[in-house]
Amino acid sequence: METINNYFFNDMVVMLRRSMRHIFRSLDTIITVTIMPIAMMLLFVYVLGGAIQTGTKNYVDYLLPGILLIAIANSAGYVSYRLFLDKQRGIFERFNSMPIARSAALWGHVLTSLVSNAISLMVIVLVALLMGFRSPAGILSWLAVAGILALFTLTLTWIAAVPGLSAKTVDGAGVIAYPIHFLPLISSAFVPTKSMPGPVRAFAEHQPVTSIVETIRALLSNQPVGHEIWIALAWCIGIILVAYLFAMRVYKKWA
Amino acid sequence: MQNAIQVKGLQKSYKQLHVLKGVDLEVERGSIFALLGSNGSGKTTIVEILTTLLKQDGGKATVNGFDVALKPDNVRQSISLTGQFAAIDEILTGRENLVMIARLRHLSNSSQVANDLLQRFGLTDAADRKASTYSGGMRRRLDIAMSLVGGSPLIFLDEPTTGLDPEARIEVWKMVKELAANGTTVFLTTQYLDEAEQLADRIAILHEGRIIVSGALAELKKLFPSAKIEYIEKQPTLEEIFLAIIGKKEKN
Ligand SMILES: Nc1ncnc2c1ncn2[C@@H]1O[C@H](COP(=O)(O)OP(=O)(O)OP(=O)(O)O)[C@@H](O)[C@H]1O
Ligand SMILES: [Mg+2]
Repeated sequence: METINNYFFNDMVVMLRRSMRHIFRSLDTIITVTIMPIAMMLLFVYVLGGAIQTGTKNYVDYLLPGILLIAIANSAGYVSYRLFLDKQRGIFERFNSMPIARSAALWGHVLTSLVSNAISLMVIVLVALLMGFRSPAGILSWLAVAGILALFTLTLTWIAAVPGLSAKTVDGAGVIAYPIHFLPLISSAFVPTKSMPGPVRAFAEHQPVTSIVETIRALLSNQPVGHEIWIALAWCIGIILVAYLFAMRVYKKWA
Repeated sequence: MQNAIQVKGLQKSYKQLHVLKGVDLEVERGSIFALLGSNGSGKTTIVEILTTLLKQDGGKATVNGFDVALKPDNVRQSISLTGQFAAIDEILTGRENLVMIARLRHLSNSSQVANDLLQRFGLTDAADRKASTYSGGMRRRLDIAMSLVGGSPLIFLDEPTTGLDPEARIEVWKMVKELAANGTTVFLTTQYLDEAEQLADRIAILHEGRIIVSGALAELKKLFPSAKIEYIEKQPTLEEIFLAIIGKKEKN
């Protein structure tokens, strides 16, 4: 209906404000998505960093891209959780009986994930700057980094939406968080893959987080990005498409 | 005048379970209609079909003149639902819940609307507390208040008083009567016969997938075998009518 579509943006903003309030009122969420990554960054730089050989002058310069991805990965479980609660508590049912575009509620959650990650990533970058992070990158490189981070956020958000919408229990909804947490740890986020034993190294070099980390690192240090960026983009877009189709199927069946 | 709700031959199955086997009902504009039925009889299923949350397998249902299957958007513009389980956002305050719904209904004066409803439902003092701290009765009141935002001409209440204490129940009854007095059509479901008796202009009893009887309370009372001659003449309660009819059906 025309009137409903005219209000799609308005409705999505109402949904965004609602779930942003959920995030700001959940200390647990703030700790997991912002404080924890900062704590890891402090730990790695000031406790372990001295022993790690990365070939960069400043370990924090090497580390930051991985920390940003960890922050995003930590937020994915909360997307599932918030979607699951909405579905379970009947609030989606209320929305669906109102003259609102059917997908506004779902897109509201996606938008929330983008906005809340943007905020937490900015805080983390500020802390990194205080810790001595410096980048020669120009505005275009930064925009490219922002674009890749947004794409990575969307990728994990749509993956997380599937269990959030289809799980029967809250534990089921949150289970996706664990494998997602692990991806950045088994990548070149903290140490170069060269130092890893064979099978781990093979996994690390062929999973999406490594290409994304390498791309961001290259952009931030003004190095040529090479073909890694295409691998990163292909991973993200491929996963988004598949996860989006699955999530929409569950959402439509149930809404 | 056209009926607010018109249902003919409504069918619905969940996999093997044939829940609705041809439901017929009519709700007059401006009236209070009570759908009575025991646990699992399909009351919520009917409400979900009429509020476009669920698609029927067969039959035709019209709400405010719009076919629920063909024109769900028009139906949604003209109704409001208070589901069986409170659909409030527990992390938001009562006021924020109401403002959110007012914004989603695209009202220009959302904070005024929220204030008025908070006052009307006796929630002003609790307005800025998280809804998770509300008692069962307060939640239900907030839930119903959220459904009144925007003043829909037809409102669905699915078991509005289940789980409430007697006092809170009477409060909800009062609200329903006020709504009807202002011209709103109310479709409510209940398991309590006295509730239907108290509130409804017309009552329909859903049993084994069909409406086995419907009418005004006085008409239903006539269906009951005439009062027995005892020392004290005892009027049949709706409960007895219900049990008598079910008993008769099951014998057949
Ligand atoms: N999504 C579903 N999948 C399978 N069966 C369902 C589903 N929803 C309802 N049912 C079944 O359909 C029947 C009718 O359910 P419904 O919720 O409409 O009953 P009700 O009259 O509202 O009951 P109550 O008084 O307990 O709320 C029940 O037997 C229920 O188990
Ligand atoms: Mg029910």
